Amino acid sequence: MSVFSEVPQAAPVAVFKLTQDFTNDQFPKKVNLGVGAYRTDDSKPWVLPVVKKVEKVIVHDDTLNHEYLPILGLPEFRSSASKIALGDDSPAIQENRVGAVQCLGGTGALKMGAEFLRRFYNGNNNTTTPVYVSAPTWENHNAVFANAGFEDVRPYKYWDAEKRGLDLAGFLGDLESCPAHSIFVLHACAHNPTGTDPTQEQWKQIAEVMMRRKLFVFFDSAYQGFASGNLEKDAWAIRYFVSLGFEMFCAQSFSKNFGLYNERVGNLTVVARDADNLKRIMSQMEKIVRTTWSNPPSQGARIVAITLNSPELFSEWKGNVKTMADRVLLMRAQLKAKLQALGTPGTWDHITEQIGMFSFTGLNPKQVEYMIKEKHIYLMASGRINMCGLTTKNIDYVAESIHEAVTQVQ
Amino acid sequence: MALLKSNKVISCLGNISPALGVLSSRNSSWWGGVQMGPPDPILGVSEAFKKDSNPKKMNLGVGAYRDDQGKPFVLSCVRKAEAIISAKQLDKEYLGIGGLAEFTKCCAQLALGNDNEVLKSGRSITVQTISGTGSLRIGGNFLSRFHAGPRDVYLPKPSWGNHTPIFRDAGMQLKAYRYYDPSTCGFDFKGALDDISKIPEQSVIMLHACAHNPTGVDPRPEQWKEISDLVKKRNLLVFFDMAYQGFASGDIDRDAWAVRYFIEQGHNILLSQSFAKNMGLYGERVGGFTVVCGDVDEAKRVESQLKILIRPIYSNPPMNGARIASTILSTPDLRSLWLEEVHGMANRIIKMREQLVAGLQKEGSTHNWQHVIDQIGMFCFTGLKPDQVERLTKEFSVYMTKDGRISMAGVTSGNVGYLAHGIHAVTK
Repeated sequence: MSVFSEVPQAAPVAVFKLTQDFTNDQFPKKVNLGVGAYRTDDSKPWVLPVVKKVEKVIVHDDTLNHEYLPILGLPEFRSSASKIALGDDSPAIQENRVGAVQCLGGTGALKMGAEFLRRFYNGNNNTTTPVYVSAPTWENHNAVFANAGFEDVRPYKYWDAEKRGLDLAGFLGDLESCPAHSIFVLHACAHNPTGTDPTQEQWKQIAEVMMRRKLFVFFDSAYQGFASGNLEKDAWAIRYFVSLGFEMFCAQSFSKNFGLYNERVGNLTVVARDADNLKRIMSQMEKIVRTTWSNPPSQGARIVAITLNSPELFSEWKGNVKTMADRVLLMRAQLKAKLQALGTPGTWDHITEQIGMFSFTGLNPKQVEYMIKEKHIYLMASGRINMCGLTTKNIDYVAESIHEAVTQVQ
Repeated sequence: MALLKSNKVISCLGNISPALGVLSSRNSSWWGGVQMGPPDPILGVSEAFKKDSNPKKMNLGVGAYRDDQGKPFVLSCVRKAEAIISAKQLDKEYLGIGGLAEFTKCCAQLALGNDNEVLKSGRSITVQTISGTGSLRIGGNFLSRFHAGPRDVYLPKPSWGNHTPIFRDAGMQLKAYRYYDPSTCGFDFKGALDDISKIPEQSVIMLHACAHNPTGVDPRPEQWKEISDLVKKRNLLVFFDMAYQGFASGDIDRDAWAVRYFIEQGHNILLSQSFAKNMGLYGERVGGFTVVCGDVDEAKRVESQLKILIRPIYSNPPMNGARIASTILSTPDLRSLWLEEVHGMANRIIKMREQLVAGLQKEGSTHNWQHVIDQIGMFCFTGLKPDQVERLTKEFSVYMTKDGRISMAGVTSGNVGYLAHGIHAVTK
């Protein structure tokens, strides 16, 4: 009799199941608008030219070995990664109150931050401290915090489905009425899944309430550079909050902007009040890392560190990032234009107003089902599409299919 | 708690007394109550070693292999595999949550043997993990969520220092069974059997598959057999930690013997594997976690739940190391080369053990140092007491952990004489 005979079958993770179904589909015109990875105009994954260059350097460098990294990760990676988010001239960095933990992707960075908060934020047991995530948000946010022991993960108002934009009043209302010391997960840019970001003015309002009510700021930055094509612009919100003096966390992912998805490159940037607090925080972070993965993987961090620390490679990287961002912008413009040309009912401005990899089309579940079953176009049940899945070759088919779905399926 | 309370008192006073300004700025931080975490004992050794300017200093702390020049060793099979992989110009798309399929297949085959009935029947599941630590952690999380038996994981006494906090953070509790006999510097077989016989049914028992860390003391095959029988009688859930397959004796099948024997005997085991040491892939974080189940259906259900556990921690594992490992394991001439190199590493360690004992005898030591040769793997429990260790460090700049453990990998033909001299000096 097995000890595990009672283990139930778990439901598959939706976004991966979608890709699996897509892979199994034999339809020649099938399109995958599901998982969030960049694709070229030939629908191929793209290893950034700068990454290829740096990988060659690494593989031929006999002085490099595979020794353990320090628990908190590769120092050159951590410092350059934090600089990317906060800016080279960040006063917080100059004041020695910025630390970093190299983590396994953005997920790993969120996990480390969550584990730390659960243990140390506002007392030593935060299992009942509310954690707010946007409605909607990346589907793994909930699980990361719940799994780290937070029993009260709640939504904050964010997406206004009717007007297809930010529900600022609702968001601010939740900030005003939430329990004291609540933790808020904020998307630094290119909100996943809606692609709708607060404007600078709106961020200022959000920051004011959070400062006044002493709420904890936890940024999730998975698309820096990828959203507008400009690193500084995409980090504006993070830097603004730092300038106001918040103690905060920022989980960074280099999966998308470096195309290093499977090497799991992430960084948890910690902004503390002062160096003494920072020291103690980092010592406790080490303990948490040690029981989760001991020390992080070296390959991806090396690639990023080498790139960010060399002026030429850094420049080349920025160019690669802009290439990706520009292709997405082009697809947005074209999709909107085609839907308007087709006379598809509704307004489609949100397609070009939204930013980053994803677009919340506004398609309802029935229409999504139609897209998948009848047209072999795979997208999330929420109506989220990955703009990178669009190409000049398939955009007509997709536009026509959306048109059909909207006009024929209610 | 007391610190937090006193902070609250001080923050009021801070407004009155400027002298308390420093404290009140700490109070205005969320993290004023965060204590400095204790330094990691093993890494602390390395830190102290780095600071020492004695040219004869030796770092016998951390367990990473060094060649006879005291340098990190990148295996040729690894470099060759990297060249092959580089030429393929693969993409960097996310792996599945369970990792690289070619890797998990090779990983399981390496541990269980290609012809193992378990693999043929498909009644086991192997997921790629973040090296051994990640594997143990996922295992702990899985037990915590799904194991219907007691919350206790029984570790050998002593065990790897990180076992305890890993399982604790995963939500399990730790207990111990006797293992190391300090009077013989060997295996306390009677004590182990005695303690195991009292472990409540369905508890989890952790066994080091080979090259026990930190003692280097392994049960002999006939002892393993008795342990297996007893564990079966007690109906315990076996969790093997195999971090040194190939590295212990130099022979991968011999080092996996206990794991395979237990499975043969009907134990549906949990197994953690690490490729940090045997492939020198330390920083690439290559490991596997295996659950041997009752049948294929159960394996599928367990797999689905492992994915649910993994996703909120790191989503999916890193590619690079797993790709290297699977390339080596599945390419015949690379695999042969690897077996040679692993044999080479194990042999160098064995030679150093012999040379250390010879050196001690030459120094005139009258103690029995046979255990240094009998113990196996990277580590040696010398039997040195804390005060002797302290002297060895202070007077000879030999850095090791307080429990008397030395990493044989840090010993070279160039420094083994010096080490023998130092050990003799503090033990005569």
